[in-house]
Amino acid sequence: MASNHLTGIGSESKQLATWYFTFAIILFGAQLLFGLVAAIQYVMPGFLFELLDFSVARMIHINALVVWMVFAMFGSVYWLLPDETGIETVGIKIGKLLYWVFVAAIVVVVLVYLIVQVGPADEMSIWFIHEGREYIEAPRWADWGIVVVALGFVANLFMTGIKGKQTGIVTVLMADMLAFAGLYLAGMFFTDNISVDQYWWWWVIHLWVEATWEVFVGALAAYALITIIGAKRQVVEMWLWIEVAMLFGSGILGMGHHYFWIGTPEYWWEIGALFSALEPLPLVAMFIHVLYDWGKETGLQMAEGAEGHAIAGHTITNKPAFTWIVLNAFGNFLGAGIWGFFHTLPQVNLYTHGTQFTSAHGHLAFFGAYATILIGMMYLAIQGTNGIKVLKHTKSSIAGIWMIAGGVMGMGIALTIAGYVQVLVSRAQMGATWAGYFDGQSGMWFSQAMDWRLIMGVVTFLGFAFLIKDFLSTGKNPVHER
Amino acid sequence: MAKKSVWSDNRFWQRSAAWVTGFASILLIWLTFDTSVQIAMGTDADLQNGVTKRVPGPTVINYKITYEMSTARGHEVPVIGEKELFFGRDDYSEEEAGALLHLGKLGSQTKNCMNCHTLLGNGAYYAPDLTKAWLDPAWGPEGSMQAMTGKETKEEAMAEFLQHPSTYPTHARMMPNLGITAEEAKGLVAFLKHMSSIDTNGFPRNFGKIKGAVHGK
Repeated sequence: MASNHLTGIGSESKQLATWYFTFAIILFGAQLLFGLVAAIQYVMPGFLFELLDFSVARMIHINALVVWMVFAMFGSVYWLLPDETGIETVGIKIGKLLYWVFVAAIVVVVLVYLIVQVGPADEMSIWFIHEGREYIEAPRWADWGIVVVALGFVANLFMTGIKGKQTGIVTVLMADMLAFAGLYLAGMFFTDNISVDQYWWWWVIHLWVEATWEVFVGALAAYALITIIGAKRQVVEMWLWIEVAMLFGSGILGMGHHYFWIGTPEYWWEIGALFSALEPLPLVAMFIHVLYDWGKETGLQMAEGAEGHAIAGHTITNKPAFTWIVLNAFGNFLGAGIWGFFHTLPQVNLYTHGTQFTSAHGHLAFFGAYATILIGMMYLAIQGTNGIKVLKHTKSSIAGIWMIAGGVMGMGIALTIAGYVQVLVSRAQMGATWAGYFDGQSGMWFSQAMDWRLIMGVVTFLGFAFLIKDFLSTGKNPVHER
Repeated sequence: MAKKSVWSDNRFWQRSAAWVTGFASILLIWLTFDTSVQIAMGTDADLQNGVTKRVPGPTVINYKITYEMSTARGHEVPVIGEKELFFGRDDYSEEEAGALLHLGKLGSQTKNCMNCHTLLGNGAYYAPDLTKAWLDPAWGPEGSMQAMTGKETKEEAMAEFLQHPSTYPTHARMMPNLGITAEEAKGLVAFLKHMSSIDTNGFPRNFGKIKGAVHGK
C-alpha cells in the first residue's frame, strides 16, 4: 500500500492531481496579484479608480482564494487515493473531463468579473455576472456547474473508497467531502430578506472553513504524517477520529458566532460564544499531534535504526512538505485558533465585527489552516512525479517559506493594529457612522498599518515567486536522493 | 496480543465522532427551524397592529424608524414610529413596497456592495457599514451629506449620491460610478431603510453618537 506513495508514474489519478495542483497555483498567483491591487488602493485610493475598483479586485482576491483551495483539495484527494485504497481511482476519465469543465468555467467567470464587473439590478445579472455575495460570488450558472463537478468528484471518491481498501482516512474524507459538496447548495438561492440570506450564506462559509475544511486538513495531516515520517497508521487514525469529534463538536454549533448581529435571536450569543470558544481546542490538539508524532518517530529512528521507516537514515522523506505541514499545525492554531478566539465572544465582537480585525483573522487563518498544508501536498506531488526518495530543501524552498509565512504574519499584525484603531475610533468613540468610519480610516496608526500591510503583501508575493521557482526546478535538482 | 484499552480503540473514537457530529447537526437543524420562524419577514398587518418583528415587512418604508436604547434588553433596538413620507408617499402597498425592496436587494448584490461595504457587519472593510446607514445623522436634515447633494429629503439625497457617487466625494477614497439608475437608486434606498429596521441585537452600538442620534433624536 505504501508501495507507490513515492511515485505518481503510471497512476492517472496522480496525474490528474498534478493538473489540479497546477491550476491551483496559477489561481494562487491571481489571488496575490489582486490582493496587491486592493492593498495599493488602501494606500493610494485613486489607483485604477473606475477601471478596476476595489470591489472587483477584492472579489477576485477572495474568489481566487476559495477556488485555488478547492482545486488543491480535489488534487490532494486524487493524489492520496491510490495510496490509501491501493487501487486506481474509479471513474478517472470522467474526473479528467470534469477537470477541464471546471477550469473552463473558472476562466469564463473571472473574465466576466474583470470585463463586465457590474450589471443592472435584475436576475440576469445574478445568473450571468455575479451574485454579489462575499466568497460565493460565482454566478448562478457557475453554481450549477460547480455542483456537477463536485458530484462527479464525490462519486469518484465514493466508488474508489468502496471498491478499494477503505482506510480511516478515506472514510473521513468520504463523509467530509459529501458534506462539503452538499453544503454548497445552501448558498444557491435569492431572497429579499437579508437576514435569511446571511443565515444560509454562513451555512456555506462557516461550515466549510470552520468544520468540513478543518476535518479535511486533519485527514491530509494524517496522510502526510504516515507518508513523510512513517508514523503508525493506527495511532494517526485514532487521533484523526478524536479530531473529527472535536472539530465537528465545536465547529457545527460554533456557527452561532456569526448569528450575533444579523437579525437572528439572542440565544445565539450563548451558543455561539460557548461552542466557538471551544473551536481552538482541536487546533491545539492537531498541533500537539504533529509534534508528538515527529518526536516519536525521530526517537524510534535513533533507538532502533531505520527499521519500520520509509527510507533508511531519514525520519523525514520530504523536507519542504514537512516544513509546510508543521507550519500548518502551528498556523492553524495561531490564525484560526488564537486570532479567531480574540473576537469570538459577543461582548468583544459587538465592537470588532466588520472591522479589519476580521480581515487580520481571515488572512492568518486561511493561510495557516489551508494554504500551508495544500502547498505541502504539492511538494509531495513533486516528489512523487519525479521519483525522488528524499526531497530536500533548496535555497528557493527556504526563501519561499520564510517570505510567504513572514509576509502573511506581517500583514496579519498590520491588519490587527488597523482593526484596533477602527474599534477604538470608529466604533467605541464615534458610534459607527459614515463620518466615524472615515475618522478611523484617517488615523495615523491606521494609515501606517495599511502601508505595512502593502509592504508585507509585496514580501509575500516575492516569496510566492521563490515558491514557483522551486516548484519548477526542484524536481530536476541533483541534490535529492533518488 | 495484550488487552486493548477502550481509549486507544479506533472504533470507539469513530463512534464517538459520529455521535458528536450527529448530535451537533441535529441541534443546529432544530435551532434553524426556530430561527427561521423568528427572522421571517413580517407583514403590513403586523406593522399596522404594532406587532414587533425582528425583520419587519417591506411596508416599513411608510414609517419613521429610530434606534433607541431599550432598558429591558440593555442595548439599542430599532423602533417603528409614526408615518413618514418616503419619496413623497407614505401609502406604499405591500406589493409596491415589496417590489421596491426586491429591486433594492437585487441591486445590492449585482452592484457588489458587499465587496467594499459591510451589510449587517459582513462584507469588506473598505467603506462604511450600511446596517443602519438610513439612520446616519449625516443624511438627515442638518447632515453634511444631505446638504452636499442639495436635496430636500434624506431619501432623495441618498438616491442622488448613489447615482453620482464620485461627484460627491467624502474622502480621498471614493465610491465609483456603478451605473445605478434612478429606479435602482430608489430601490436601494428602500432596501437600506428596511435594513435599518431589522433588530440586530444592538449592533452597531451607540450608532450616530457624534451627532446626537442616540435614542433617535
